[in-house]
Amino acid sequence: MRKILVGVKRVVDYNVRVRVKPDGSGVVTDGVKMSVNPFDEIALEEALRIRERGEAGEVVAVSIGPDDAQQQLRTALAMGADRAILVRTNALLEPLAAAQALLAIVRKENADLVIVGKQAIDDDAAQTAPMLAALWDRPQATFCSKVELKGASATIVREVDAGLETIEIDLPAVLSADLRLNEPRYVKLPDIMKAKKKPLDVLELAALGVSAEPGLRPVLTEPPKPRSKGIMVKDVAELVEALKKKGLV
Amino acid sequence: MSKILVVAEHDGKKLNQATARCVTCARQVPDAEITVAVLALDPAAVAAQAAALAGVARVVTVAAPHNEHPLAAVLAPQVVELAAGYSHVFGASTAFGKDLMPRVAALMGVPQISDAMAVEGAYRFKRPTYAGNAIVTLEAPAGRTVVATVRTASFEAAPGGGSATIAAASVAAKVPTHTRFVSVSAPSSDRPDLASAPKVVSGGRALGSKENFELIFKLAEAMGAAVGASRAAVDAGYAPNELQVGQTGKIIAPELYVAVGISGAIQHLTGIKDAKTIVAINKDGEAPIFEVADFGLVADLFQVLPELQKSLAK
Repeated sequence: MRKILVGVKRVVDYNVRVRVKPDGSGVVTDGVKMSVNPFDEIALEEALRIRERGEAGEVVAVSIGPDDAQQQLRTALAMGADRAILVRTNALLEPLAAAQALLAIVRKENADLVIVGKQAIDDDAAQTAPMLAALWDRPQATFCSKVELKGASATIVREVDAGLETIEIDLPAVLSADLRLNEPRYVKLPDIMKAKKKPLDVLELAALGVSAEPGLRPVLTEPPKPRSKGIMVKDVAELVEALKKKGLV
Repeated sequence: MSKILVVAEHDGKKLNQATARCVTCARQVPDAEITVAVLALDPAAVAAQAAALAGVARVVTVAAPHNEHPLAAVLAPQVVELAAGYSHVFGASTAFGKDLMPRVAALMGVPQISDAMAVEGAYRFKRPTYAGNAIVTLEAPAGRTVVATVRTASFEAAPGGGSATIAAASVAAKVPTHTRFVSVSAPSSDRPDLASAPKVVSGGRALGSKENFELIFKLAEAMGAAVGASRAAVDAGYAPNELQVGQTGKIIAPELYVAVGISGAIQHLTGIKDAKTIVAINKDGEAPIFEVADFGLVADLFQVLPELQKSLAK
């Protein structure tokens, strides 16, 4: 039976209004609500549905991050992952290092399929899936909106700029989940209780032979330049007049 | 000198405007010499368009049957081979570039800069994080290839008037057969392209149905504008996915952006904040979209849209 690995990143919650630290060293994360990256929830949901269809035997959730990322892994276990692995590091890893760490776990676990979110909503980098696929020398299907497994291959519908693209890939492979792949399930209280008993292993990043040293040096983090405040118009006529004056219509 | 390789995005016939924007970013790198790589079944037409972009010194082409459709796994090893001797490799931050460039970077063993929005030096770039709430300046190590995707909304398209040389390159890289193209949906209409249109009309959840969303298409038609949509409108099935504007959709910078019935979640605003003029129409006067709008109108969209369409029809 197939084994599916799912990436679960701990990120600042979707609803938090992120603020930049006054000294320009990053953003404020102390005391801020943290959650599972929403795209990773979609990735996990897809893995669970594949298992529930009988097309996979096990779903393993993997997070790379600090001790506290165990909270997000418990959420993944409550959603239905069979077990979880934390690759522990306090460093802010770049996607290349995250891909190297995931590759080490993929090899250790002998995974058939890896599903991650198309991007994390903190760094918005959208790199981990293609980088892992490159290092693993396997196919990638980014921005998936439909996944169909058949035997040793899969047919994937991807969200691209022109609309929808269909490709066929051989397994094993790496997929990245887009918004409309599925709607993740809600976690119920009994599942949270059950999740506490599921296995969660902790490995050290260094033990996987992956360097946490960043390749790119962050020099400064600053807030975006605000747009200047506009004016309110009272009706369509006034709006059209204003746009005509600017030569826009 | 910075030797920059820009990977062209195209549909086999036409060079995507995103590539011309990428070239503008490359031109801002100090002492840049720019080469555009065109990988295609038959690259001639696209190569000619790339050669005409101001600032491009050279176009290299790779003609091969496996380059007919843009598959990252197939293109990446070829781009890596072409990139030998270059200090920078750029691609647009489009679905194409976001799929390809990280694969290229990983094969080269270097980090990638996503969504470069400003050039601060040959090895220094700014990029947005947290849906544009934090702008980070990154410094890449000199002496290693800088691989980056370029946030196209931050750069104008390079003008024409160039006359670069065009040369065919042969690549020895073995391309995989584990990834195969099946099909791509045909462009939905002859409407202006959302990513490059100077005017965009966007609709949100307040439209209430797919049928009502037609009002947005009608207004856009009257204005000669492209159509966009908020994530909520796309999730609800009112508009197709390729029209989504925002953090996880398209990032655009039109001259005029008209947001109708869009509340203005931060994830949407990050996709439009480079628009020159933003118009917001919403019946909720407290909606965050009004904080970024140049012109705001608090009104019921179902009353306003027909009126607006009438006064703007040419």
